[in-house]
Amino acid sequence: MSQPTPRNSHALLDTLFHNTTRLFAFLVLALLMGIMVTLTVASLPALKSFGFHFFVSDEWNPVTQQFGAVVPIFGTVATSVIAMLIGVPVSFGIALFITELCPAWLKRPLGIAIELLAGIPSIIYGMWGLFVFAPWFADHLEPWINDHMSTLPLVGHFFEGPPMGIGMLTAGFILAIMVIPFIASVMRDVFEVVPPMLKESAYGLGSTTWEVVWNVVLPYTKVGVVGGIMLGLGRALGETMAVTFVIGNAHELSMSLLMPGNTISSALANEFTEAVGDLYTSSLITLGMLLFVITFIVLALAKLLLIKLASREGKQS
Amino acid sequence: MTGLDYKRYLRRRVVNAFNLTISMMAVAFALFFLAWILWTLISTGIGHLGISAFTKMTPPPGSQGGLLNAIVGSLLMVVTATLIGTPIGILAGTYLAEFGRGGWLAPSTRFINDILLSAPSIVIGLFVYELVVHRMGHFSGWAGAFALALIVLPVVVRTTENMLQLVPNSLREAAAALGAPQWKVVVMVSYRAAHAGILTGILLAVARIAGETAPLLFTALNNQFWSSDLNGPMSSLAVIIFQFAMSPYEDWHHLAWAGALLITLFVLGLNILARSIFRKGNNA
Repeated sequence: MSQPTPRNSHALLDTLFHNTTRLFAFLVLALLMGIMVTLTVASLPALKSFGFHFFVSDEWNPVTQQFGAVVPIFGTVATSVIAMLIGVPVSFGIALFITELCPAWLKRPLGIAIELLAGIPSIIYGMWGLFVFAPWFADHLEPWINDHMSTLPLVGHFFEGPPMGIGMLTAGFILAIMVIPFIASVMRDVFEVVPPMLKESAYGLGSTTWEVVWNVVLPYTKVGVVGGIMLGLGRALGETMAVTFVIGNAHELSMSLLMPGNTISSALANEFTEAVGDLYTSSLITLGMLLFVITFIVLALAKLLLIKLASREGKQS
Repeated sequence: MTGLDYKRYLRRRVVNAFNLTISMMAVAFALFFLAWILWTLISTGIGHLGISAFTKMTPPPGSQGGLLNAIVGSLLMVVTATLIGTPIGILAGTYLAEFGRGGWLAPSTRFINDILLSAPSIVIGLFVYELVVHRMGHFSGWAGAFALALIVLPVVVRTTENMLQLVPNSLREAAAALGAPQWKVVVMVSYRAAHAGILTGILLAVARIAGETAPLLFTALNNQFWSSDLNGPMSSLAVIIFQFAMSPYEDWHHLAWAGALLITLFVLGLNILARSIFRKGNNA
């Protein structure tokens, strides 16, 4: 035969196909390395000129070219913590309702509704927050918070301040609504892997629904639940547009959650295109790299916990 | 039952009823905000979403106009991003599902991909700024499309892998037994069996980038005028909404609401379409 045999050409195509797909899989890995390397290189000027001081200074002055990361870090952490404090219990309630209480016909529509909440673009949350939620919050909720919560011991001073509607509390609240669908859907998924036999045994002993969830389902799935919460936290830390609209963009460190602040992502969104000079740009990029590293660690932990739950699942079944 | 037992029983019942009520309130809480946001969008946006929104350019403050250049810019960049991101994503996902047994590459790629899936999109914007905009010396639609493609990529990788893994191995074995080489098994059998799922993934990825704003801020920037040139700064619906909503001008606010309604309808519509395609593909 003078022509190449089909067997050989197929073997060639096989190798080609295999290696092409491998190349693109490798590209995903390379993308991460690329982001890390690029951001590190771009943040070198700021790190060189401020050193470790960058991470402990609360100064942010483009005129004197002095930059420090404390205010945006504090804002990012504070808004995310608020989001978790509100979002986690609500997500737990939703997952509990869908897995244990919900009639079968309602499961699908409810699932879709929760996923629509995740589908709404973040800029819409931001716009709604700025024009609708913040004014409502300032008129109705914040005066109440001023009156009742600022007198609490220890945490009282978090809730002092003028009811403006714009600020870290509002941003945290909107973040909570945004992360609820993510946390709830992970919790729902892990609740559904609990072997029915375990739950039925508990029901057979006379447990109430709540006791089954609290004493059987939750201990069994706690690793996955924590994973889901971390996933939500990763989202909350990096969320940009919704926060930028309502945080107020003030580079001032304020203990009051009712005061405007800044987060890493909102500082980037607001200032990056207007930043003049290498040092300013580089400082902002350092903030971005910090955000990336933090979310990377949080998301990696979330992923590891979920993998752990899944592998335990595999061993038992 | 003695009195003490009954008391304890009653207490358990009350705790149960109380907590379950709270759980229902949690559901109501989420649905309330969904309804509130959608209602705000529809009631405020519908009045400003006239025909001129689709036929006129974005106006300077104080005059009439529409969103045409922003809509076109968004469409151009979203389509380009999908065209770049989808093939790469499908091939990488194929590797994970079909060839990824053993070795270090598949598990680490899977892990990293899941992290990229939730990574902050503003950092993607920074990365593309450094990589493309900084080097080329100017903002461009290409940079914007590239940033969006990096967001499409992990979504497509994840769904492609998941969907290919749902394809029963007996199908692959049957094809292999007929003498089909592996690339043919993947292309003719696996892809065909999983095509509805893969398409769903692509649609979800498009839905995700259609409303993305953060990665476009430092890449495509914005453009007040008509532009279909990907080499220059380009307007997009999301960035226009941001700019107009943060401005003090009343008529810009109106256009922002119209754009917000438009984007939300598009994104939620795509979500629902993706879901129905997926269901149909699974039932068939």
